Amino acid sequence: MTKVQDMKRNKARAGLRSTLMVLAMSSLLAGCATSGNPKDPVEGFNRAMFAFNEGLDAAIIKPVAKGYDAVLPTPVRTGVTNFFGNIADFFIGVNNLLQGKPDQAASDLGRVLVNSTIGILGIFDVATGAGLEKHEEDFGQTFGRWGVGDGAYVVLPFFGPRTVRDTAGLVLDSMADPVADIDHVPTRNTLLALRIVDTRADLLPADKVIEEAALDKYSYIRDGYLQRRRNLVHDGNPPREQADY
Amino acid sequence: MKRIPGLLGLLGLCFSVIFGPSAGAADLAPDVLVKDVTSEVLDIVRKDKDIRNGNTPKVLELVETKVVPHFNFARMTRLALGRDGKQATPAQMTTLVEEFRTLLVRTYSKALSEYRDQEIVYKPLKMAPTDTDVKVRTEIRQSGGKPVQLDYYLEKTAAGWKVYDMEVGGVSLVTNYRSSFSQEIRANGIDGLIHSLQAKNKTDPAKK
Repeated sequence: MTKVQDMKRNKARAGLRSTLMVLAMSSLLAGCATSGNPKDPVEGFNRAMFAFNEGLDAAIIKPVAKGYDAVLPTPVRTGVTNFFGNIADFFIGVNNLLQGKPDQAASDLGRVLVNSTIGILGIFDVATGAGLEKHEEDFGQTFGRWGVGDGAYVVLPFFGPRTVRDTAGLVLDSMADPVADIDHVPTRNTLLALRIVDTRADLLPADKVIEEAALDKYSYIRDGYLQRRRNLVHDGNPPREQADY
Repeated sequence: MKRIPGLLGLLGLCFSVIFGPSAGAADLAPDVLVKDVTSEVLDIVRKDKDIRNGNTPKVLELVETKVVPHFNFARMTRLALGRDGKQATPAQMTTLVEEFRTLLVRTYSKALSEYRDQEIVYKPLKMAPTDTDVKVRTEIRQSGGKPVQLDYYLEKTAAGWKVYDMEVGGVSLVTNYRSSFSQEIRANGIDGLIHSLQAKNKTDPAKK
Protein backbone atom coordinates (compact mmCIF):
# COMPACT_ATOMS: atom_id res chain seq x y z
CA MET A 1 0.00 0.00 0.00
CA THR A 2 1.31 3.44 -0.88
CA LYS A 3 1.81 6.13 1.67
CA VAL A 4 -0.93 8.28 0.14
CA GLN A 5 -3.48 5.49 0.32
CA ASP A 6 -2.45 4.87 3.88
CA MET A 7 -2.91 8.54 4.78
CA LYS A 8 -6.31 8.57 3.15
CA ARG A 9 -7.36 5.52 5.09
CA ASN A 10 -6.22 7.11 8.31
CA LYS A 11 -8.12 10.26 7.47
CA ALA A 12 -11.23 8.28 6.71
CA ARG A 13 -10.87 6.43 10.00
CA ALA A 14 -10.36 9.64 11.92
CA GLY A 15 -13.45 11.14 10.28
CA LEU A 16 -15.52 8.07 11.04
CA ARG A 17 -14.23 7.93 14.60
CA SER A 18 -15.13 11.54 15.35
CA THR A 19 -18.60 11.04 13.88
CA LEU A 20 -19.17 7.92 15.93
CA MET A 21 -18.01 9.81 19.00
CA VAL A 22 -20.46 12.62 18.35
CA LEU A 23 -23.27 10.14 17.80
CA ALA A 24 -22.34 8.23 20.95
CA MET A 25 -22.24 11.46 22.92
CA SER A 26 -25.60 12.44 21.48
CA SER A 27 -27.23 9.20 22.56
CA LEU A 28 -25.64 9.46 26.01
CA LEU A 29 -27.07 12.90 26.40
CA ALA A 30 -30.42 11.90 25.00
CA GLY A 31 -31.83 11.85 28.51
CA CYS A 32 -31.04 15.52 29.03
CA ALA A 33 -33.60 18.29 29.23
CA THR A 34 -35.66 18.59 26.08
CA SER A 35 -38.78 20.49 25.22
CA GLY A 36 -40.32 17.41 23.70
CA ASN A 37 -39.74 18.17 20.01
CA PRO A 38 -39.66 14.71 18.41
CA LYS A 39 -37.17 15.85 15.77
CA ASP A 40 -34.79 17.18 18.41
CA PRO A 41 -34.39 14.50 21.11
CA VAL A 42 -30.98 15.78 22.27
CA GLU A 43 -31.95 19.44 22.51
CA GLY A 44 -29.93 20.04 25.69
CA PHE A 45 -26.72 18.85 24.06
CA ASN A 46 -27.58 20.65 20.82
CA ARG A 47 -28.19 23.96 22.56
CA ALA A 48 -24.80 23.68 24.29
CA MET A 49 -23.06 22.96 20.97
CA PHE A 50 -25.01 25.77 19.31
CA ALA A 51 -23.81 28.19 22.00
CA PHE A 52 -20.24 26.96 21.52
CA ASN A 53 -20.42 27.47 17.74
CA GLU A 54 -22.04 30.89 18.15
CA GLY A 55 -19.26 31.91 20.55
CA LEU A 56 -16.58 30.75 18.14
CA ASP A 57 -18.29 32.58 15.31
CA ALA A 58 -18.66 35.83 17.23
CA ALA A 59 -15.07 35.73 18.52
CA ILE A 60 -13.18 34.68 15.40
CA ILE A 61 -14.95 33.64 12.23
CA LYS A 62 -17.45 36.46 11.81
CA PRO A 63 -14.97 39.30 12.48
CA VAL A 64 -12.50 37.77 9.99
CA ALA A 65 -15.29 37.31 7.41
CA LYS A 66 -16.38 40.93 7.90
CA GLY A 67 -12.83 42.19 7.34
CA TYR A 68 -12.46 39.95 4.30
CA ASP A 69 -15.73 41.26 2.92
CA ALA A 70 -14.72 44.88 3.53
CA VAL A 71 -11.21 44.61 2.07
CA LEU A 72 -11.76 42.57 -1.09
CA PRO A 73 -13.56 44.12 -4.08
CA THR A 74 -16.69 42.23 -5.17
CA PRO A 75 -15.20 40.69 -8.38
CA VAL A 76 -12.36 39.16 -6.34
CA ARG A 77 -14.83 37.82 -3.75
CA THR A 78 -16.93 36.31 -6.54
CA GLY A 79 -13.79 34.79 -8.07
CA VAL A 80 -12.93 33.06 -4.78
CA THR A 81 -16.48 31.73 -4.35
CA ASN A 82 -16.44 30.51 -7.98
CA PHE A 83 -13.06 28.82 -7.51
CA PHE A 84 -14.32 26.71 -4.59
CA GLY A 85 -17.68 26.21 -6.30
CA ASN A 86 -15.88 24.73 -9.29
CA ILE A 87 -13.98 22.30 -7.08
CA ALA A 88 -17.27 21.26 -5.47
CA ASP A 89 -19.05 20.79 -8.82
CA PHE A 90 -17.23 17.53 -9.52
CA PHE A 91 -18.69 15.70 -6.52
CA ILE A 92 -22.03 17.43 -7.02
CA GLY A 93 -22.00 15.64 -10.39
CA VAL A 94 -21.03 12.34 -8.75
CA ASN A 95 -23.93 12.73 -6.31
CA ASN A 96 -26.35 13.52 -9.12
CA LEU A 97 -25.23 10.34 -10.82
CA LEU A 98 -25.74 8.35 -7.60
CA GLN A 99 -29.22 9.86 -7.34
CA GLY A 100 -30.09 8.63 -10.83
CA LYS A 101 -29.97 12.01 -12.56
CA PRO A 102 -27.43 11.47 -15.36
CA ASP A 103 -28.53 14.62 -17.23
CA GLN A 104 -27.75 16.82 -14.26
CA ALA A 105 -24.52 14.92 -13.61
CA ALA A 106 -23.43 15.51 -17.21
CA SER A 107 -24.24 19.20 -16.82
CA ASP A 108 -22.15 19.38 -13.62
CA LEU A 109 -19.16 17.71 -15.26
CA GLY A 110 -19.61 20.03 -18.24
CA ARG A 111 -19.44 22.94 -15.80
CA VAL A 112 -16.15 21.66 -14.38
CA LEU A 113 -14.67 21.27 -17.87
CA VAL A 114 -15.78 24.70 -19.09
CA ASN A 115 -15.00 26.62 -15.92
CA SER A 116 -11.62 24.96 -15.31
CA THR A 117 -10.43 25.91 -18.79
CA ILE A 118 -12.23 28.91 -20.26
CA GLY A 119 -13.06 30.10 -16.75
CA ILE A 120 -9.36 29.98 -15.75
CA LEU A 121 -9.21 27.41 -12.92
CA GLY A 122 -12.82 28.10 -12.02
CA ILE A 123 -12.37 31.77 -11.15
CA PHE A 124 -14.97 32.79 -13.73
CA ASP A 125 -18.26 30.94 -13.89
CA VAL A 126 -18.77 30.99 -17.65
CA ALA A 127 -20.83 27.78 -17.58
CA THR A 128 -23.85 29.41 -15.93
CA GLY A 129 -24.00 31.99 -18.71
CA ALA A 130 -23.81 29.13 -21.22
CA GLY A 131 -26.91 27.56 -19.70
CA LEU A 132 -25.31 24.99 -17.38
CA GLU A 133 -26.99 25.85 -14.09
CA LYS A 134 -25.20 25.27 -10.80
CA HIS A 135 -26.66 22.56 -8.57
CA GLU A 136 -26.37 21.80 -4.89
CA GLU A 137 -25.91 18.16 -3.95
CA ASP A 138 -24.05 16.22 -1.27
CA PHE A 139 -23.94 12.70 0.14
CA GLY A 140 -26.54 13.52 2.80
CA GLN A 141 -29.01 14.39 0.03
CA THR A 142 -28.07 11.25 -1.87
CA PHE A 143 -28.90 9.14 1.20
CA GLY A 144 -32.17 11.05 1.52
CA ARG A 145 -32.96 10.35 -2.12
CA TRP A 146 -32.30 6.65 -1.46
CA GLY A 147 -34.96 6.74 1.23
CA VAL A 148 -32.82 7.13 4.36
CA GLY A 149 -34.77 9.18 6.93
CA ASP A 150 -33.36 12.29 8.59
CA GLY A 151 -32.83 10.80 12.02
CA ALA A 152 -32.40 13.11 14.99
CA TYR A 153 -31.27 16.70 14.60
CA VAL A 154 -27.73 17.22 15.90
CA VAL A 155 -25.59 20.33 16.20
CA LEU A 156 -21.99 19.35 15.58
CA PRO A 157 -19.14 21.36 17.05
CA PHE A 158 -17.52 23.47 14.27
CA PHE A 159 -19.75 22.07 11.52
CA GLY A 160 -23.09 23.26 12.90
CA PRO A 161 -26.58 21.88 12.21
CA ARG A 162 -26.94 18.40 10.74
CA THR A 163 -29.17 15.39 11.11
CA VAL A 164 -27.82 11.92 11.83
CA ARG A 165 -28.19 11.12 8.13
CA ASP A 166 -26.45 14.33 7.06
CA THR A 167 -23.64 13.65 9.56
CA ALA A 168 -22.95 10.38 7.76
CA GLY A 169 -23.10 12.35 4.51
CA LEU A 170 -20.66 14.89 5.92
CA VAL A 171 -18.10 12.14 6.60
CA LEU A 172 -18.22 11.10 2.93
CA ASP A 173 -18.24 14.74 1.78
CA SER A 174 -15.06 15.42 3.76
CA MET A 175 -13.38 12.26 2.50
CA ALA A 176 -14.22 13.23 -1.08
CA ASP A 177 -13.16 16.86 -0.61
CA PRO A 178 -10.32 17.55 -3.09
CA VAL A 179 -9.03 20.50 -1.03
CA ALA A 180 -8.45 18.30 2.03
CA ASP A 181 -6.52 15.91 -0.21
CA ILE A 182 -3.80 18.38 -1.14
CA ASP A 183 -0.47 16.98 0.07
CA HIS A 184 1.30 20.32 0.49
CA VAL A 185 0.17 21.15 4.02
CA PRO A 186 0.52 24.99 4.00
CA THR A 187 -1.39 25.22 0.71
CA ARG A 188 -4.07 22.88 2.01
CA ASN A 189 -4.55 24.77 5.27
CA THR A 190 -4.59 28.14 3.55
CA LEU A 191 -7.25 26.96 1.11
CA LEU A 192 -9.35 25.35 3.86
CA ALA A 193 -9.23 28.55 5.92
CA LEU A 194 -9.99 30.73 2.90
CA ARG A 195 -12.99 28.57 2.04
CA ILE A 196 -14.40 28.86 5.56
CA VAL A 197 -13.99 32.65 5.57
CA ASP A 198 -15.41 33.04 2.07
CA THR A 199 -18.44 30.85 2.87
CA ARG A 200 -19.04 32.79 6.08
CA ALA A 201 -18.75 36.13 4.30
CA ASP A 202 -21.42 35.02 1.82
CA LEU A 203 -23.76 34.45 4.76
CA LEU A 204 -23.32 37.87 6.36
CA PRO A 205 -26.51 39.39 4.84
CA ALA A 206 -28.61 36.36 5.89
CA ASP A 207 -27.31 36.80 9.43
CA LYS A 208 -29.04 40.15 9.90
CA VAL A 209 -32.33 38.84 8.56
CA ILE A 210 -32.27 35.84 10.93
CA GLU A 211 -31.52 38.11 13.90
CA GLU A 212 -34.53 40.21 12.93
CA ALA A 213 -36.83 37.24 12.39
CA ALA A 214 -36.03 34.82 15.21
CA LEU A 215 -37.76 34.75 18.57
CA ASP A 216 -35.38 32.00 19.59
CA LYS A 217 -32.40 31.78 17.25
CA TYR A 218 -31.66 28.15 18.11
CA SER A 219 -35.07 26.84 17.08
CA TYR A 220 -35.36 29.20 14.12
CA ILE A 221 -32.12 27.82 12.68
CA ARG A 222 -33.06 24.23 13.55
CA ASP A 223 -36.45 24.41 11.83
CA GLY A 224 -34.98 26.32 8.90
CA TYR A 225 -32.25 23.71 8.47
CA LEU A 226 -34.76 20.84 8.50
CA GLN A 227 -37.06 22.56 5.98
CA ARG A 228 -34.12 23.46 3.77
CA ARG A 229 -32.75 19.92 3.68
CA ARG A 230 -36.18 18.52 2.92
CA ASN A 231 -36.42 20.97 0.04
CA LEU A 232 -32.97 20.02 -1.27
CA VAL A 233 -33.59 16.27 -1.14
CA HIS A 234 -36.68 16.87 -3.29
CA ASP A 235 -34.73 19.22 -5.60
CA GLY A 236 -36.89 22.20 -4.79
CA ASN A 237 -40.28 20.46 -5.06
CA PRO A 238 -41.11 18.81 -1.74
CA PRO A 239 -44.69 17.71 -1.18
CA ARG A 240 -46.44 20.52 0.69
CA GLU A 241 -47.20 19.43 4.24
CA GLN A 242 -48.51 22.46 6.11
CA ALA A 243 -52.24 22.63 6.64
CA ASP A 244 -54.47 25.33 8.03
CA TYR A 245 -56.43 24.65 11.15
CA MET B 1 -61.46 53.14 -43.28
CA LYS B 2 -58.67 54.88 -41.49
CA ARG B 3 -61.08 55.99 -38.83
CA ILE B 4 -61.81 52.53 -37.56
CA PRO B 5 -58.69 52.04 -35.47
CA GLY B 6 -59.30 55.46 -34.00
CA LEU B 7 -62.86 54.56 -33.18
CA LEU B 8 -61.79 51.29 -31.68
CA GLY B 9 -59.28 53.16 -29.61
CA LEU B 10 -61.98 55.49 -28.38
CA LEU B 11 -64.20 52.55 -27.58
CA GLY B 12 -61.31 50.99 -25.65
CA LEU B 13 -60.88 54.21 -23.73
CA CYS B 14 -64.57 54.21 -22.81
CA PHE B 15 -64.32 50.65 -21.60
CA SER B 16 -61.30 51.39 -19.50
CA VAL B 17 -63.05 54.42 -18.00
CA ILE B 18 -66.16 52.37 -17.21
CA PHE B 19 -64.40 49.26 -16.01
CA GLY B 20 -61.14 50.87 -15.01
CA PRO B 21 -61.47 51.03 -11.24
CA SER B 22 -62.38 47.36 -10.89
CA ALA B 23 -59.58 46.31 -13.22
CA GLY B 24 -56.94 47.29 -10.66
CA ALA B 25 -54.87 44.95 -8.50
CA ALA B 26 -58.02 42.92 -7.82
CA ASP B 27 -58.09 41.50 -11.32
CA LEU B 28 -54.39 40.98 -11.90
CA ALA B 29 -53.25 37.40 -12.39
CA PRO B 30 -51.18 36.22 -9.38
CA ASP B 31 -47.89 35.98 -11.28
CA VAL B 32 -48.40 39.43 -12.81
CA LEU B 33 -49.16 40.85 -9.38
CA VAL B 34 -45.97 39.36 -7.87
CA LYS B 35 -43.89 40.61 -10.77
CA ASP B 36 -45.38 44.12 -10.75
CA VAL B 37 -44.96 44.59 -7.01
CA THR B 38 -41.45 43.11 -6.96
CA SER B 39 -40.14 45.20 -9.82
CA GLU B 40 -41.73 48.36 -8.50
CA VAL B 41 -40.29 47.85 -5.00
CA LEU B 42 -36.83 46.80 -6.19
CA ASP B 43 -36.69 49.77 -8.56
CA ILE B 44 -37.21 52.06 -5.60
CA VAL B 45 -34.60 50.22 -3.51
CA ARG B 46 -32.06 50.40 -6.34
CA LYS B 47 -32.48 54.15 -6.67
CA ASP B 48 -32.63 54.95 -2.97
CA LYS B 49 -29.26 55.18 -1.26
CA ASP B 50 -30.85 55.70 2.17
CA ILE B 51 -32.59 52.35 1.98
CA ARG B 52 -29.45 50.55 0.87
CA ASN B 53 -27.57 52.13 3.73
CA GLY B 54 -30.09 50.71 6.16
CA ASN B 55 -32.51 53.60 6.75
CA THR B 56 -35.07 51.51 8.63
CA PRO B 57 -38.07 53.88 8.79
CA LYS B 58 -37.85 54.47 5.05
CA VAL B 59 -37.80 50.74 4.18
CA LEU B 60 -40.62 50.04 6.61
CA GLU B 61 -42.72 52.74 4.96
CA LEU B 62 -42.01 51.33 1.51
CA VAL B 63 -43.05 47.84 2.61
CA GLU B 64 -46.17 49.15 4.37
CA THR B 65 -47.42 51.04 1.33
CA LYS B 66 -46.38 48.75 -1.53
CA VAL B 67 -46.20 45.20 -0.16
CA VAL B 68 -48.44 44.86 2.90
CA PRO B 69 -51.73 45.45 1.00
CA HIS B 70 -51.10 42.21 -0.89
CA PHE B 71 -50.46 40.08 2.20
CA ASN B 72 -53.03 38.14 4.23
CA PHE B 73 -51.61 38.31 7.75
CA ALA B 74 -54.56 36.61 9.41
CA ARG B 75 -53.99 33.49 7.34
CA MET B 76 -50.24 33.68 7.91
CA THR B 77 -50.78 33.80 11.65
CA ARG B 78 -53.13 30.80 11.54
CA LEU B 79 -50.57 28.90 9.45
CA ALA B 80 -47.78 29.67 11.89
CA LEU B 81 -49.89 28.64 14.89
CA GLY B 82 -51.12 25.42 13.33
CA ARG B 83 -53.29 23.32 15.63
CA ASP B 84 -52.51 25.52 18.65
CA GLY B 85 -54.40 28.41 17.06
CA LYS B 86 -57.67 26.86 18.25
CA GLN B 87 -56.85 27.76 21.85
CA ALA B 88 -56.78 31.49 21.13
CA THR B 89 -59.80 33.65 21.91
CA PRO B 90 -60.85 36.10 19.15
CA ALA B 91 -59.25 38.94 21.13
CA GLN B 92 -56.00 37.04 21.56
CA MET B 93 -56.06 36.18 17.87
CA THR B 94 -56.38 39.86 16.92
CA THR B 95 -53.33 40.70 19.04
CA LEU B 96 -51.38 37.74 17.65
CA VAL B 97 -52.09 38.78 14.06
CA GLU B 98 -51.01 42.33 14.85
CA GLU B 99 -47.74 41.29 16.51
CA PHE B 100 -46.89 38.64 13.94
CA ARG B 101 -47.55 41.18 11.20
CA THR B 102 -45.05 43.59 12.79
CA LEU B 103 -42.43 40.84 13.04
CA LEU B 104 -42.88 39.73 9.41
CA VAL B 105 -42.87 43.29 8.07
CA ARG B 106 -39.65 44.00 9.93
CA THR B 107 -38.02 40.80 8.69
CA TYR B 108 -39.11 41.49 5.11
CA SER B 109 -37.82 45.05 5.33
CA LYS B 110 -34.46 43.86 6.67
CA ALA B 111 -34.14 41.41 3.78
CA LEU B 112 -35.04 44.16 1.33
CA SER B 113 -32.36 46.51 2.63
CA GLU B 114 -29.80 43.73 2.01
CA TYR B 115 -30.80 43.62 -1.68
CA ARG B 116 -27.84 44.27 -3.98
CA ASP B 117 -28.80 44.23 -7.67
CA GLN B 118 -29.36 40.46 -7.87
CA GLU B 119 -31.39 39.46 -10.89
CA ILE B 120 -34.93 38.15 -10.29
CA VAL B 121 -36.19 35.49 -12.69
CA TYR B 122 -39.93 34.76 -12.88
CA LYS B 123 -40.80 31.14 -13.61
CA PRO B 124 -43.81 30.25 -15.78
CA LEU B 125 -47.00 29.88 -13.73
CA LYS B 126 -48.78 26.52 -13.65
CA MET B 127 -52.41 27.38 -13.04
CA ALA B 128 -55.86 26.33 -14.22
CA PRO B 129 -58.39 29.17 -14.75
CA THR B 130 -60.48 27.88 -11.83
CA ASP B 131 -57.60 27.68 -9.34
CA THR B 132 -57.97 29.80 -6.23
CA ASP B 133 -54.67 28.79 -4.62
CA VAL B 134 -51.38 29.05 -6.53
CA LYS B 135 -47.64 29.06 -6.07
CA VAL B 136 -45.73 31.74 -7.96
CA ARG B 137 -42.12 30.72 -8.40
CA THR B 138 -39.26 33.15 -8.72
CA GLU B 139 -35.53 32.81 -8.47
CA ILE B 140 -32.82 35.15 -7.28
CA ARG B 141 -29.70 34.84 -9.43
CA GLN B 142 -26.47 35.84 -7.78
CA SER B 143 -22.92 35.70 -9.02
CA GLY B 144 -20.84 32.95 -7.47
CA GLY B 145 -23.71 30.88 -6.14
CA LYS B 146 -26.58 28.61 -6.89
CA PRO B 147 -29.78 30.59 -7.59
CA VAL B 148 -32.03 30.97 -4.56
CA GLN B 149 -35.66 29.90 -4.91
CA LEU B 150 -38.18 32.50 -3.75
CA ASP B 151 -41.75 31.22 -3.91
CA TYR B 152 -45.00 32.99 -3.06
CA TYR B 153 -48.23 31.21 -2.16
CA LEU B 154 -51.33 33.19 -3.06
CA GLU B 155 -55.04 32.69 -2.59
CA LYS B 156 -57.87 34.35 -4.47
CA THR B 157 -60.08 36.60 -2.37
CA ALA B 158 -62.80 39.11 -3.17
CA ALA B 159 -60.13 41.81 -2.96
CA GLY B 160 -57.77 40.11 -5.40
CA TRP B 161 -54.93 37.64 -4.91
CA LYS B 162 -53.26 37.74 -1.49
CA VAL B 163 -49.94 36.23 -0.45
CA TYR B 164 -50.29 33.88 2.55
CA ASP B 165 -46.86 32.23 2.59
CA MET B 166 -43.36 32.86 1.25
CA GLU B 167 -40.55 30.37 0.94
CA VAL B 168 -36.87 31.25 0.62
CA GLY B 169 -34.85 28.26 -0.58
CA GLY B 170 -37.72 26.06 0.56
CA VAL B 171 -37.85 27.57 4.05
CA SER B 172 -41.23 29.09 4.82
CA LEU B 173 -40.98 32.45 6.56
CA VAL B 174 -44.33 31.55 8.16
CA THR B 175 -44.31 27.90 9.18
CA ASN B 176 -40.70 28.09 10.31
CA TYR B 177 -42.18 29.58 13.49
CA ARG B 178 -44.61 26.75 14.13
CA SER B 179 -42.56 24.61 16.48
CA SER B 180 -41.16 27.49 18.53
CA PHE B 181 -44.67 29.01 18.80
CA SER B 182 -46.13 25.72 19.98
CA GLN B 183 -43.26 25.29 22.44
CA GLU B 184 -43.98 28.74 23.87
CA ILE B 185 -47.72 28.06 24.05
CA ARG B 186 -47.17 24.74 25.82
CA ALA B 187 -44.92 26.43 28.38
CA ASN B 188 -46.70 29.77 28.91
CA GLY B 189 -49.99 29.68 27.03
CA ILE B 190 -51.24 31.98 24.26
CA ASP B 191 -50.56 35.03 26.44
CA GLY B 192 -46.97 33.86 26.87
CA LEU B 193 -46.54 33.82 23.11
CA ILE B 194 -48.14 37.26 22.81
CA HIS B 195 -45.71 38.60 25.42
CA SER B 196 -42.65 37.16 23.74
CA LEU B 197 -43.74 38.55 20.36
CA GLN B 198 -44.34 41.95 21.95
CA ALA B 199 -40.93 41.85 23.63
CA LYS B 200 -39.28 40.94 20.33
CA ASN B 201 -41.08 43.75 18.50
CA LYS B 202 -40.09 46.31 21.12
CA THR B 203 -36.39 45.89 20.35
CA ASP B 204 -35.17 48.68 18.13
CA PRO B 205 -34.88 47.42 14.55
CA ALA B 206 -32.41 50.16 13.66
CA LYS B 207 -29.83 48.82 16.08
CA LYS B 208 -29.28 45.54 14.30
